[in-house]
Amino acid sequence: MTTIDRLVGAGVDRIDGPAKVRGTAAYAYEQDPGEPIAHLAVVQSTVNRGRITRLDPSRAEAMTGVLAVLTPANAPRLAGDLASDLPVLQSPEVHYQGQVVAAVVAETSEIAKAAVGGVVVEYAAEVPDVVLSADRDDLYAPEKVMAGFDTDSVIGDVDGALAAAAVTVDATYETPAQHNNPIEMHASMARWDGDSLTLWDANQGPHTIVSDLVKGFALEPGQVRVISPYVGGAFGSKAFTHPNQMLAAMAARVVGRTVVFELTRQQMFSLVGHRTPTIQRIRLGADPEGRLTAISHEVVEHTSKISEFAEQTATATRVLYAAANRRTTHRLARLDVPPPTIMRAPGETPGMFALESAMDELAVALGIDPVELRIRNEPAEDPERHVPWSSRHLVECLRTGAERFGWAGRDPRPRMRTEGRWLVGTGVAAATYPTRRRKADCRISVDGRGRYVVEIDGSDIGTGAWTTLSQIAADALGVGLDAVELRIGDSRLPRAGGAGGSTGLASWGSAVVLTARDLRRRLEEQYGGQLPADGLVVDGGVGGESPHAKTHSMHAFGAHFVEVRVDRDTGEVRVPRATSVYDGGTIVNAKTARSQFLGGFSMGISMALHEESQIDARLGHYVNHDLAEYHIATNADIGELDISWLDEPDELANEIGLKGIGEIGITGAAAAVANAYWHATGLRIRDLPITPGKYFRELGLT
Amino acid sequence: MDTEITLRVDGAAHPLTVDTRTTLLDALRERLRNTSPKKGCDHGQCGACTVLLDGRRVNSCLVLAVTVDDAEVTTSNGLAADGQPHRLHRSFVEHDAFQCGYCTPGQVCSAAGMLAEAQAGWPSHVTADLDAEDVDLTDAEIRERMSGNLCRCAAYANIVPAVAAVAAVEGVRR
Repeated sequence: MTTIDRLVGAGVDRIDGPAKVRGTAAYAYEQDPGEPIAHLAVVQSTVNRGRITRLDPSRAEAMTGVLAVLTPANAPRLAGDLASDLPVLQSPEVHYQGQVVAAVVAETSEIAKAAVGGVVVEYAAEVPDVVLSADRDDLYAPEKVMAGFDTDSVIGDVDGALAAAAVTVDATYETPAQHNNPIEMHASMARWDGDSLTLWDANQGPHTIVSDLVKGFALEPGQVRVISPYVGGAFGSKAFTHPNQMLAAMAARVVGRTVVFELTRQQMFSLVGHRTPTIQRIRLGADPEGRLTAISHEVVEHTSKISEFAEQTATATRVLYAAANRRTTHRLARLDVPPPTIMRAPGETPGMFALESAMDELAVALGIDPVELRIRNEPAEDPERHVPWSSRHLVECLRTGAERFGWAGRDPRPRMRTEGRWLVGTGVAAATYPTRRRKADCRISVDGRGRYVVEIDGSDIGTGAWTTLSQIAADALGVGLDAVELRIGDSRLPRAGGAGGSTGLASWGSAVVLTARDLRRRLEEQYGGQLPADGLVVDGGVGGESPHAKTHSMHAFGAHFVEVRVDRDTGEVRVPRATSVYDGGTIVNAKTARSQFLGGFSMGISMALHEESQIDARLGHYVNHDLAEYHIATNADIGELDISWLDEPDELANEIGLKGIGEIGITGAAAAVANAYWHATGLRIRDLPITPGKYFRELGLT
Repeated sequence: MDTEITLRVDGAAHPLTVDTRTTLLDALRERLRNTSPKKGCDHGQCGACTVLLDGRRVNSCLVLAVTVDDAEVTTSNGLAADGQPHRLHRSFVEHDAFQCGYCTPGQVCSAAGMLAEAQAGWPSHVTADLDAEDVDLTDAEIRERMSGNLCRCAAYANIVPAVAAVAAVEGVRR
């Protein structure tokens, strides 16, 4: 490990920065396919459940410049066992509103969009079933929840412990459906050369997309190339294949030339997934000193009729605090909604809102400081797996954060501080996210002059991977940054998992380090430490999980401290300042890591105050399906953010000692805001987002 | 219906036949393949397509190409003079004022337009004294004036100091 201490840790400017600020870095649809591009626009179902009874494309087909109209009647048949919403235009059945029922391909985007209006579709439809509730009689337990977690965990006698507890909290928290909404809309541009397909595409990992295209079009892996060097944000929605990749490839085959399908912002609300709404009942029992005796976290959430996506909402509750008696459960309703998908820290994000709000309620009930309450329940080992932590510094995060924020001396009583019309309060919440690693292959070549090319199908969706992976490679090779050329974002490169689950740098970085070590060993053993004149190529990689993953519990941790101001007359909520301290293991790049942390945390503020996809219970569609109505945080919503981290490498996690930091920032953030809101106002909002309207609701004024 | 226009973009003139429905953004991206301005919503809601039109910031998705026949369009790439990055470019990189980079050329153009507005003395919603001759681009002013540009990576806390550093150099921040 002696080589990994020069560039790793430094605040290196983004390698791709100069091109990105000027706008010359080419995202999916901005790449040059080498021929004129035809444009695809889609006709979407206006019903949630039913069947197409009539589809007449003739008026669209007659429009000048229209090249083809694809419908379930004439679209190419897709092979294989494609999951969920991928069998596009394969049947007249409709499973969710917004489903693609026809696609127009035209010479220009203007013609394609106009021709969509020329396709007549009629349906036989049934009443949509889209409303989630905890008392539905069709809730079921999935076999597993996301990421392979058990659906339920039951340890000890929760009900008995709750009945015997000196102090209890029993509350239900709700989070709404949310949409990822990366600013680059999903876009796929397909070109066929004979039986070989090239797809320039916005995704989180080209190899994932290749496997579905291979399946759908009955090809060999070598016949499909997916190219994605720059991706304009993703947050989970670009992790898996969606209808856009299938459609672009299908249409390009039909018209015999390059076709692009760039979604509209409105289509981002039906075709590329969303975060499920959740209803979560939390029960906590504690002794008078605040030591938890029981934790119960029961989750109800939705999935679609055509896919099972079981968000792992209660899994953070399995690791955060000590308690002898514990229960976590997940139950799903299958609704007539588009397939849900992962969205930044799936599971932890909604789950930690509930758990960390309940902990605040418990602190209030006990009369114990909420920071101290968390410290008193720090578990010595993983409380459910009963294995040691690879490293855990939550208490240090809490103590450091309290110090930096100025928590000491806080009056615990609510609604005690006002400044003019502002009610002022402060709140705290913990953060946690699992540390994992996936299999990744890597190739490193060096020429006789000492130029290194590092190839791996990693992905930079804004994480900084272009830069951080180059830093890791340079250190591992013992050379400067300028001697390393990194190649990522292309399925022709050695196979690796996508950017997701905060596993990217842990997996790709480990593969790079191990391959670099092998290369240096070979240079030493076979060439006496000299570069051979005709160079050397070494293939290597990492097999998957850390060898210590079975015997240790591996997680990143953090603590958020937030000040909230609420206008006593209008209910307007502001977050003027916050402090977050993270235990993220080795920090590879001080500059890009800080951006990851503050970006994640800011998305948590956005979740707390703004984000809510509202579904029409009668008509079944997401009503607020654009950025004017689905509100996300903008510049004026974010105040002073004090971001810091502990310098604590996790030697057991991976070759670099990092824990993965793309998602930890959002976990717990919404709870910290809600807890500060309670402290400011005395009002406990248990259903996000905390809009001004809820201030008046809680005051009984609506 | 098609119309012949000449688009002047980043100092170069481009004679072009456009569909009258074509937006300035689509003319730039799809016809000229100038992809510095980005499409993030196509409805004037996100700001990713911001360019300078005769020096003033506009959402190019809300401008029809046929209406700007006689105007000078500047993209973020066009702010670079003689191949040298604009000071906003350097400041954005130095402050890591972006992550995925997709909204960034729009943020940069918006910042350039906003600095010019401040130099011209335009007040904003958070300006206390509407009659003041000089605008002081405090953090609150920058946050307010840059709020038309959404960043889903939420680099806002870095965009503010990135713009502030340039505002200080340009004399509109005390």
